[in-house]
Amino acid sequence: MPQQSSQTILDVVTWIQRHLDAGLSYRFACRVGMCGSCAMMVNGIPRWTCRTHVNKVMRDNQLTIEPLGNLPLIKDLACDMSEFFEKWTDSKGYFQGSTTRHDPVSTLSPNSPQRRVADAATECINCAICYASCDVVNWNRDYLGPAALNRAWSLQNDERDRASAERLTAVAGDAGCHQCHSQQGCATYCPNELNPTASIAGLKRMVAKAYVRGELPKQGTKRDA
Amino acid sequence: MKPHRQQPLYLAFLLHRLSGLGLALFLPFHFYVLALALEGNAELDQFLHWSALPLVKFAETGLVFLLAIHLFGGLRLLALENLPWSNSHKNYAAMALAGGFFVACGFLLRAF
Amino acid sequence: MLEVRLYLAQRASAAIMAPLVLIHLGVMIYAIQGGIDAAEILERTRGSFFWGANYGLFVIAVSVHAAIGLRNILREWLSLRGIGLAVISWIFFAGLLTAGLRAVAAVVLS
Repeated sequence: MPQQSSQTILDVVTWIQRHLDAGLSYRFACRVGMCGSCAMMVNGIPRWTCRTHVNKVMRDNQLTIEPLGNLPLIKDLACDMSEFFEKWTDSKGYFQGSTTRHDPVSTLSPNSPQRRVADAATECINCAICYASCDVVNWNRDYLGPAALNRAWSLQNDERDRASAERLTAVAGDAGCHQCHSQQGCATYCPNELNPTASIAGLKRMVAKAYVRGELPKQGTKRDA
Repeated sequence: MKPHRQQPLYLAFLLHRLSGLGLALFLPFHFYVLALALEGNAELDQFLHWSALPLVKFAETGLVFLLAIHLFGGLRLLALENLPWSNSHKNYAAMALAGGFFVACGFLLRAF
Repeated sequence: MLEVRLYLAQRASAAIMAPLVLIHLGVMIYAIQGGIDAAEILERTRGSFFWGANYGLFVIAVSVHAAIGLRNILREWLSLRGIGLAVISWIFFAGLLTAGLRAVAAVVLS
């Protein structure tokens, strides 16, 4: 295919679909590094293809483009993201507040230490690059994974959230935060420069404290052994 | 090795796991040898004479290395999980490995 | 909450062993010079409360720590689950504990 300057991997995939194989299946949306839809394995590394330049990753004039790792394949370069999002729910990675639209707006300081911690983990756009790079996910398909646990940590540090106890129980099961071996593949490859390993270390501390104080239930969630 | 694993902290994990595995598999043998003392000094000595062989001394040095890197790597993990987050873990992992070499060399030099 | 207990047990046993391993490394590096024989070891350990306590604690901690570590390996690399995983892990723990305490008794009590 014709080589151009400033060509991205997404450009390559698009050219192939338009000129060589009309049936090629792949995902993209914004193509400017905002949505995370175009994540694929490029020469074995999970990347946003719209933000990966061919001349930066080409080796010996060869490029290998594969669907994102650790996810079931639908077709060609498109994976089934269902398990990734189900784990987001299983880790209680969603906000549960106690106020309604009739209550005054909560005032939060963006500079409070806890808010800074929550903010540091909050920019996740669910691209699943961390999930694809995690070897624990590879070895234990039940593992909640870096993204879901990172979100749980961010919410645990949100002072408006009221689901703290259930969330800790959710992440303390046999597929939870304790499975992380701190390999930091997630942190290495996250395009938003998040660090799920650091978040998971925080969850480990929170769970340990809760356990020692007797605040965790005797039985875990459905994933618990 | 798969491309996504070619980053230093994966290697640190692998060394930690393999050193732990090596030590865990060595332990039963170690306990068996020490328990020979139950039968008297002579029984234990009969075995310890093997430890004069250079090959055995190198093997022992290897084990000391495994124990040292597992200890230093383990301290790094305890720090990672309990102290405020540091972005220097690649450095710490390198220091753990270096520390292990240092200790093992210390042993090796005194073994000969 | 099994994983929480295993995690805490493994980290606690690790923390306990940190000074014990340093002592053990020190002992080995000190003792290896000029070769090693039974008398050299046993004249120091026989009847010693300190060495008995040191290595006794070490054995208990390492049995917990190694069994849990091995459990992770069995689960992640050999895909063992459920009863099989539990049984093998307990066997490692019990095996290391009995063999280890026997070794401590051998060098301290015999």
